[in-house]
Amino acid sequence: MAPLEDNRIFSGVYGFFQGTLSAPEWLAYFFGGFAVIMTVVNGFLLIGTIFTWMERRVVGRFQSRLGPNRLGPFGILQAIADAIKLLFKEDIVPRRADRLLFNAAPIVMLAPSLMALAVVPFGAGSYVADLNIGVLYVVAMSGVASLAVLMAGYASNNKLALFGAMRAVAMLLSYEIPLVMTLLGITVLAGSMSLVGIVGAQGIPFLLVAPLGALIFLIAMSAELNRPPFDVTEAESELVAGYITEYSGMKFGIFYLAEFSNVVLAGALFAVLFLDGWNGYFLPSHLWFLLKVFGFLFVASWVRATLPRMRIDQILALAWKYLFPLSLVNLLLLAAETIAWPDPSTAELWLMAAINWVVALAAVPLLAMVGARTPARPRRVGFPQEVR
Amino acid sequence: MTTHSEPTIVNIGPHHPSTHGVFRMRLTMDGENILDVEPVIGYLHRGSEKLAEERNYTQVITLTDRMDYVASMTNNQAYVLSCEALAGVTPTERGMYLRVIGAELQRIVSHLVATGFFLQDLGAFATPLMYSMRERERILDLFEMLCGARITVSYMRIGGVFQDAPAEFWPALRRILDDFPAYIDELEGLITDNEIVTYRTKGVGAISGADAINGSLTGPVLRASGVSWDVRVAAPYDVYDRVTFDVPVGDTGDNYDRYLMRIREIRESLKIVEQCVAQIQPGPVRATNAMLFRPPPGESYVPIEAPKGELGFYLVSDGTIAPYRMHVRAPSLINLTLMKQMLVGWKLADAIVSFGSLDVNMGEVDR
Repeated sequence: MAPLEDNRIFSGVYGFFQGTLSAPEWLAYFFGGFAVIMTVVNGFLLIGTIFTWMERRVVGRFQSRLGPNRLGPFGILQAIADAIKLLFKEDIVPRRADRLLFNAAPIVMLAPSLMALAVVPFGAGSYVADLNIGVLYVVAMSGVASLAVLMAGYASNNKLALFGAMRAVAMLLSYEIPLVMTLLGITVLAGSMSLVGIVGAQGIPFLLVAPLGALIFLIAMSAELNRPPFDVTEAESELVAGYITEYSGMKFGIFYLAEFSNVVLAGALFAVLFLDGWNGYFLPSHLWFLLKVFGFLFVASWVRATLPRMRIDQILALAWKYLFPLSLVNLLLLAAETIAWPDPSTAELWLMAAINWVVALAAVPLLAMVGARTPARPRRVGFPQEVR
Repeated sequence: MTTHSEPTIVNIGPHHPSTHGVFRMRLTMDGENILDVEPVIGYLHRGSEKLAEERNYTQVITLTDRMDYVASMTNNQAYVLSCEALAGVTPTERGMYLRVIGAELQRIVSHLVATGFFLQDLGAFATPLMYSMRERERILDLFEMLCGARITVSYMRIGGVFQDAPAEFWPALRRILDDFPAYIDELEGLITDNEIVTYRTKGVGAISGADAINGSLTGPVLRASGVSWDVRVAAPYDVYDRVTFDVPVGDTGDNYDRYLMRIREIRESLKIVEQCVAQIQPGPVRATNAMLFRPPPGESYVPIEAPKGELGFYLVSDGTIAPYRMHVRAPSLINLTLMKQMLVGWKLADAIVSFGSLDVNMGEVDR
């Protein structure tokens, strides 16, 4: 764990308070830590805000229209205008809503994604904490968001919102498993659960070494983030807005921001786990990291613009019938290779990559054939027909 | 602890993003599964049939625009054909060709809208919808050239159409005819073989041919069920007996087939327009009958193949300048007949998609 004193922001603020203002040490320590947190959280939320604008522009391009282009250069201030609008809107709480849960849900939604930031390295040596169980911590934090969805859906006292919440929980339970299995594979490969350690272990990007893992991670993350084609929790054509149907004003804004920030967080994780983190050539490490994150965000927007939505039972079937076996294959393969080459050199990593690609290219179509779909058929109705 | 569960009643609509207007489905749900469906209609009732009794025959044309507002040309056509049968007017040749060109372009527009919104109901984030709307705009520009209006066209008159197409119409139509197949390919490339689309729609909401006939479904919905019935072939009106085209027929009658029928019909419509453009001759566009006329007492009903199915105006004349009674056989309304059969046992998401695949226009359902 890197000592806090190495952090330039911290030491600057700390020195200013202790030296220039001759404040007591605990106060300087507090403000120093606070400055670090403010920088990370606001920087992250700023990227999340930029992503809301970017996605609208990108999707607009995919749909042969312009997207927001009025405010600021290329319309980049659109997100700020939206935020201002949301701040001034009336904050409505449905009369029969559970007020406590209803008001707490947006906070519970946003907080864990900010907390997960603590372990994400944004550049060479730029992280708040290098936790030795970083991967586990991130998974735990990302799971909390679904609790917020359930809270919001339940507290709204709205059937459509409850439908959305129930779907979210079902999806979380299913997709957490392949996701964790994949992360376990990466952990085995890297020999470390620390995100910094995982970046350090990538002689070549793990995207090449563990293609199956990257695929499962992408799909499972899309499901966890309620991104298309898995956005059934707020499927606007079915559930109006799902669990956020009853929210208005800034509470809605926080949900919106949290969702987009979570995608940014997922992009950061993808960059760390599969794209060799901040490492690159010529450019500063922070810029490389941002480039990789925005590459992920672009793909996310692309998927959103292209794919229709799956049905909830199909989504669950995908998780249990396809992703779960694949993630087991991935884990076993990586574990076996780690036993064979305990401390892989770059050449050995390339060899592993070759094996893994062959297995991945064989396993996916094989599984698709084995799991050849039975034609869709209506479910037998359980309740008596005459219910009124 | 004992638990018990009971069905939930969920109202989809009338205020809902994907009820295509103000349709309301009262769904009885067991979790995500549908136990019962009760369609509730009438939120857009404007009394068009009664209003028609207060207007003379020519004035009623503007009312027909507002029934199926996605396909006003075919509404015009059905109405004027019925009036012509009632009054014994023979339309001019060029007028009939222009009507068929208008009607087929309108069919393309209607099917594009249907496909776009069907995909929107499937959850595609507006991309197919934007593609369809982009092409629809071009055809609406043509309508603007024809009659100055884009949606509520009121282009057809008893005895023909109200004015000839301007000179710049024909090159513009030519360009559209040349460009369109590529656009349809583009749209199909996005949708037709998409894994998720086929996964979501194949086998879902299937209607057998026998059921479809019993439910008196018509149009693409009937043909998707494997029944080859098209009024343009069975009882040709205007100049449909002088053009050749295929009638696409599906086999399972599921949501996917209904989508596919529309795409294929767009291609057939292009063929028809192509032939009409080749055959059309100069001449008067409207017969010399009077705008204000008193048809002999009697009744008439001429069905046409509207984009959504068989559309017909039943007119009763008592010898005055206004219809004594007008009744509309609206395909949108009658195609809703089998909703319950289609939906019970499927999931909530399927209800939306199946409803979208029927391509119902609430303006026409409630009139």
